[in-house]
Amino acid sequence: MGSRSDDVLRLTGAAVRVGGRTLWAGVDLSVGVGEFVAVLGPNGVGKSTLVKVVLGLLPVSAGTVTVFDDRPGQHNQRIGYLPQRRSFEPSLRVRGIDIVRLGISGDRFGIPLPITRRARQRRRVEEERISEVIDLVDASALVDRPIGELSGGEQQRILIAQALVRRPSLLLLDEPLDSLDLPNQSAVAALVSTICRQAEVSVVMVAHDVNPILSYLDRVVYIAEGGVAAGTPHEVITSETLSRLYRTPIEVLTTTDGRLVVVGHPEAPAHHADRHRGAGHGPH
Amino acid sequence: MVLTDVGAGLTWNLVDDVRQLFQFGFMVNALEAGTVVAVMAAVIGWFMVVRRQSFAGHTIAVVGFPGAAGATLVGVSALYGYFAFCVAAAVLISAVPHSRGKAFSQENAVTGTVQTFLLALGFLFVSLYRGNLNGINSLLFGNFLGITRGQVLTLLLVALGALGVLGVISRPLLFASIDPDVAAARGVPVRGMSLLFLVLLGLAAAEASQITGALLVFALLVMPAATAQRLTPRPLLGGAIAVALGLAVTWIGLAVAYFSPYPIGFWVTTLAFGAYVAAALFTRSTTGTGRAVGVRA
Repeated sequence: MGSRSDDVLRLTGAAVRVGGRTLWAGVDLSVGVGEFVAVLGPNGVGKSTLVKVVLGLLPVSAGTVTVFDDRPGQHNQRIGYLPQRRSFEPSLRVRGIDIVRLGISGDRFGIPLPITRRARQRRRVEEERISEVIDLVDASALVDRPIGELSGGEQQRILIAQALVRRPSLLLLDEPLDSLDLPNQSAVAALVSTICRQAEVSVVMVAHDVNPILSYLDRVVYIAEGGVAAGTPHEVITSETLSRLYRTPIEVLTTTDGRLVVVGHPEAPAHHADRHRGAGHGPH
Repeated sequence: MVLTDVGAGLTWNLVDDVRQLFQFGFMVNALEAGTVVAVMAAVIGWFMVVRRQSFAGHTIAVVGFPGAAGATLVGVSALYGYFAFCVAAAVLISAVPHSRGKAFSQENAVTGTVQTFLLALGFLFVSLYRGNLNGINSLLFGNFLGITRGQVLTLLLVALGALGVLGVISRPLLFASIDPDVAAARGVPVRGMSLLFLVLLGLAAAEASQITGALLVFALLVMPAATAQRLTPRPLLGGAIAVALGLAVTWIGLAVAYFSPYPIGFWVTTLAFGAYVAAALFTRSTTGTGRAVGVRA
């Protein structure tokens, strides 16, 4: 263990090479307790790779990464992880509650029947925790149905419950808003922000569209072909910085209620029109 | 008329008929072997259906046929041929490149080619053997005659070992089957689970072949598990239903085969198929109303 600090996660001058190609370099990022941080950028620049680095599944080629003041991969039991683009096949006949339960005991070997008194007691505590997180994501009406029958947004809520069930200190969410419709995107973004503030869980969310989460963010990292930029949203999300990173003109507008809106985002051409449709009932 | 031809007398008196079933040693052996096989195949089959590895299960079972035929040719019990070839096939399949930690989840032309070749090889072995021309039928479509005490014991020990291992790995295996990425991040050895499960599947396919023949293993391996999954999404309840169905179709199939001139494989498969169709019709009607209620709510 190195020197203690308040940072849950720290990257200093980090770079990653995959298949002989440097995906990104010079990433400086620190995530404090209870902070909500977004990793942004177009598809294919290595945002998910950053998540894998934090999990210790990939080494950095330069710089340092510390997770809970230790090497990555040493404290993965304190990390709740949601990988990218997981929708269960419609025919999968396993209930939502079983998916959440796997989050607590899915890595445990042994006959899954509580035989001793201690095992029964542990099972009781775990079942309480399971219903707690299910209430937290407001999924109690969903968890007895087969997961494959649920909508993308409903599945995502169950998966967030699974990631939260062991009371992680850090949540890594890889594109959780991807493939959701706009109302569901705002709902899941608001849910993650609530969890982040109330349970003091640090959140690192990978996204390629910043608008649904922008109002909740403490810090952003932008990875693009033109380089990397990190800081608070007001420092990074400016027309100059984004245009430089994306090497294409991008405008950042401030709405009358002070929120930022990114326009001309190369990854989300259809989003502009949708935004107007959804603006009336967005979160405030 | 048919009944008198085969010499077995169905009296339509349930007590007498059941007593008749247990009268002969070969029939007791068959019932015991069937019981062991039905339980093992149903439980391992439940995981196979969740993992979508039915194609792997089928390939493994087909590979068992030349194994059994070859064993007969060299004078060893067909059971050992099934075990050797099915487990070898399972290990080879797990070496086939795959994605998402699930070996062999999709069809593959190479496998189809090799599978056909092995079927032909089995046919050759049976022809070389010359002894019992009936042999090919029992190897492919099942036969309950001539199961020895020693074989029953072997089946039981292998089944107990396999189910014990499956019990110990059940939760990590389910995790790795449904959600390999998260399971891997949680430290579950996803590839190890995949290999271990295929070996268990090989053992189950070998055991089921003993009762239903290599081509009809799905009657015990897939059908009870698939039926149970239509009826309930609960893992433990689903496993219990699969076992109950497997036992029911095996026992009834054995009894009917004893009194009728038609083969065991046909009866077990037909009963299992009937149960699946009934469950499909039943769940279709209930989920239909369930959806309608959901829309209104």
